[in-house]
Amino acid sequence: MKLDSKVPSGPLEEKWDRHLKDIKLLSPNNKRKHTVIVVGTGLAGASAAASLAELGYNVKSFCIQDSERRAHSIAAQGGINAAKNYPNDGDSIWRLFYDTIKGGDYRSREANVYRLAQVSNEIIDQAVAQGVPFAREYSGLLDNRSFGGAQVSRTFYARGQTGQQLLLGAYQAMMKMVHAGKIENHTRKEMLDLVVIDGKARGIITRDLVSGEMEKWTGDAVVLCTGGYGNVFYLSTNAKNANVTAAWRCHKRGATFANPCYVQIHPTCIPVSGDYQSKLTLMSESLRNDGRVWVPREKGDKRKPGSIPEHERFYYLEEKYPSFGNLVPRDVASRNAKIVTDEGMGVGATGKAVYLDFRDAIKRDGRDAIEAKYGNLFDMYENITGENPYKEPMRIFPAVHYTMGGLWVDYNLMSNVPGLFVAGEANFSDHGANRLGASALMQGLADGYFVIPYTIGNYIADTDLAAVDSNHNAFAEAVSNSKSQIDKLLNINGDKSVIHYHRELGKIMWDKVGISRSREGMSRAIEDIRALRDEFWQNVRVPGEANYYNKYLEFACRVADYFELAELMALDALQREESCGCHLREEYQSEEGEALRNDEEFSYVAAWEFLGVNGKLETTMHKEELEFEFVELKQRSYK
Amino acid sequence: MIPVRHAVTASTEKIIQPIEPTIMSSSDMTIHLKIWRQKNAESKGRFETYTLDNVNEHMSFLEMLDVLNEELIENGDDPVEFDYDCREGICGSCNLVINGRAHGPKHMTAVCQLHMRNYSDGDTVVIEPARAAAFPVIKDLVVDRSAFDRIIEAGGYVSVKTGSAPEANLIPVPQKKANQAFDYATCIGCGACVAACPNSSASLFTGAKIGHLNKLPQGQPEKQQRVLSMVAQMEKEGFGDCSNYAECEAVCPVGISISAIAEMRREYLKALFDN
Repeated sequence: MKLDSKVPSGPLEEKWDRHLKDIKLLSPNNKRKHTVIVVGTGLAGASAAASLAELGYNVKSFCIQDSERRAHSIAAQGGINAAKNYPNDGDSIWRLFYDTIKGGDYRSREANVYRLAQVSNEIIDQAVAQGVPFAREYSGLLDNRSFGGAQVSRTFYARGQTGQQLLLGAYQAMMKMVHAGKIENHTRKEMLDLVVIDGKARGIITRDLVSGEMEKWTGDAVVLCTGGYGNVFYLSTNAKNANVTAAWRCHKRGATFANPCYVQIHPTCIPVSGDYQSKLTLMSESLRNDGRVWVPREKGDKRKPGSIPEHERFYYLEEKYPSFGNLVPRDVASRNAKIVTDEGMGVGATGKAVYLDFRDAIKRDGRDAIEAKYGNLFDMYENITGENPYKEPMRIFPAVHYTMGGLWVDYNLMSNVPGLFVAGEANFSDHGANRLGASALMQGLADGYFVIPYTIGNYIADTDLAAVDSNHNAFAEAVSNSKSQIDKLLNINGDKSVIHYHRELGKIMWDKVGISRSREGMSRAIEDIRALRDEFWQNVRVPGEANYYNKYLEFACRVADYFELAELMALDALQREESCGCHLREEYQSEEGEALRNDEEFSYVAAWEFLGVNGKLETTMHKEELEFEFVELKQRSYK
Repeated sequence: MIPVRHAVTASTEKIIQPIEPTIMSSSDMTIHLKIWRQKNAESKGRFETYTLDNVNEHMSFLEMLDVLNEELIENGDDPVEFDYDCREGICGSCNLVINGRAHGPKHMTAVCQLHMRNYSDGDTVVIEPARAAAFPVIKDLVVDRSAFDRIIEAGGYVSVKTGSAPEANLIPVPQKKANQAFDYATCIGCGACVAACPNSSASLFTGAKIGHLNKLPQGQPEKQQRVLSMVAQMEKEGFGDCSNYAECEAVCPVGISISAIAEMRREYLKALFDN
């Protein structure tokens, strides 16, 4: 299999414009004749559905939630980057591009990242016009703040609810097109399979989560916007229903899965309190603008934080990285939290936490100023922990947050299955081995508003799309596949719950395929995953039946897919014998514990092709070599 | 986890520190639950009682229900269905009515953010779905709130097409207006306002969207059509009218002010007269 990135030729700055000039257009009359299926209604899905419908396509939209507005983009807190340079601090499209590619540790495709930076400004314009209430200065003009991995202030924000406001903007744009009759919207339906006919994506199978009915949907293209796979770790900051199933089923139908081992562990989350824990809560990294991260210098120091004098506090990020300090990228912050806690300097009941302290910021700016910036985050923290962060420092610890890997896509955001487009977190495209803060919202909306609507037109105009109907055998086969899996799960009737298996799988992944990874650990993880997967298929107990609302059945189908994905992640992490971004291999680090990249051998995208599962995952890796024409590869340094 | 006490000597005075706040006791509580069980929209529901004796104060309320479900599944019973997703108080999926109060006892807190430290050993907790004619029960505590989406569909947006937006800073918005708009825009669409209202009115939800967009210059061109269409849809869905009980504001997990309803009415009347 040859993976062609289809990056246009020419200077970096001109690639996208040239591409737009070259791609084929469809007349409004013809757009009307085509149907596009959009799966998922987060930022990427809602913006793509709205924009495609505005162009005249017939859109069928699907989400698993009871309303499009509840997709997990809603929970993004901190902000969205754009190269507006309103603060006049030297920002530019080039600099946003450069920071993003450097932040991703040079493991992403130059041309895609440059385009992302280019369209970033239009996203802000679009959102403001929709009425997204971004933070403003007294002048009435838009305010910015700074975020990890950048030395300029380019982040637009709406209190600590930027994702919510941007998603509501996209959702409302989408509902406007539902009203106009151009989007047929379906909620509480889960995609269980992709239907490929004559080598092209021509439809999907969904399960109605209320009635349990299997349904067939035809289209001329499918846009998958179903988010990331962080929940393979069981505990993560993802919403409980976020899952990899739609993407994984596409993978099983031929779409290659790229860089599955790239998982971002967010440094500022509320620590785990007990076994019953169902998810982890993120505290926006914008808090690192004003909060100072520290641990007691002395191991096992159990004094109250307020009783520990200044010289006995180890502000480890400020000491080790004087120029970025508390604003180092997420991977660096997470790794250092693990280092200090592994050394026994961790705080709190479990010792698996570090302090994030606002004492000095409150002293400097006053409580009101801090409350205005972070009030809702402080309230959230107090609600969960029962502690007041205005008085005591927060306790934080890293948690799985975002997955940079995803289905492989070319420059047009089309997978290697013609007609299957992938946008937002579900693709692997823009963040390399690490994503910078406030870049996920940017990417989801860039893909949905400003990339997919053009590239899909080119595909449809250029492709022979004979009519298909849902009586085609491929649909029947897909339905019967999904049905038999469900029947199988319901009939095992073992004695351990789905949650039990998911939690156990998560432990394997966190211990061995988490913040730091070793050859030995991963080889063991692969064996453990296989053994647990076998046990799952023999001993899981799924309650109830298939023909009504059954949340644990939904979970069972998703966990079955995680069991396969988990093995792929470990395999991918094993073959990548270097450290880069969030992927830290213990064998490949400098004496100071910094990640050591190996550009000679590993400057490629690892795209995996699914072959089968037979006790073990059968898979083969294809490489897309990354070519850097415009940036010079450097060892990242935030010192 | 064992509570630890520390003695610290400061100058000559000996101070006994209080128990370290980060180390909390984790004694288990017994909680009695009365939960609404209903097979589907057509069947009749009933309350079932359950007792959990391993409830930890640090658990969230929904984690307590997870624990109950694990026990039910182990015993071969059907688990209790309830809606949830982000468990961070922002997606608006969860909407339980607890002891008669939407989202439970804690002010401005969605039920997913409610923790069991708000309850005591031996408490009885009654859990019901968010009931309203316009929110039919799907199963147990899960209800159909798609009526809210149809209200937004009727006009809860600014009709700007992708790509046609002017430069963002060409539309200055006074900071105060932007903040007021935000206060309305923060609605999470959970439906607690409807569940709490004696009339099952969706006025707070609808008013919040109208208030958000009307505060902004971007929302001006369509404001009359917006209020007329959204109010008409609200009525069509079977939500009641507002009689100023203000129960909605009291239970709103994000603190939407009832002034949203005043905004909506004012705009509605203006729109009626102008048209």
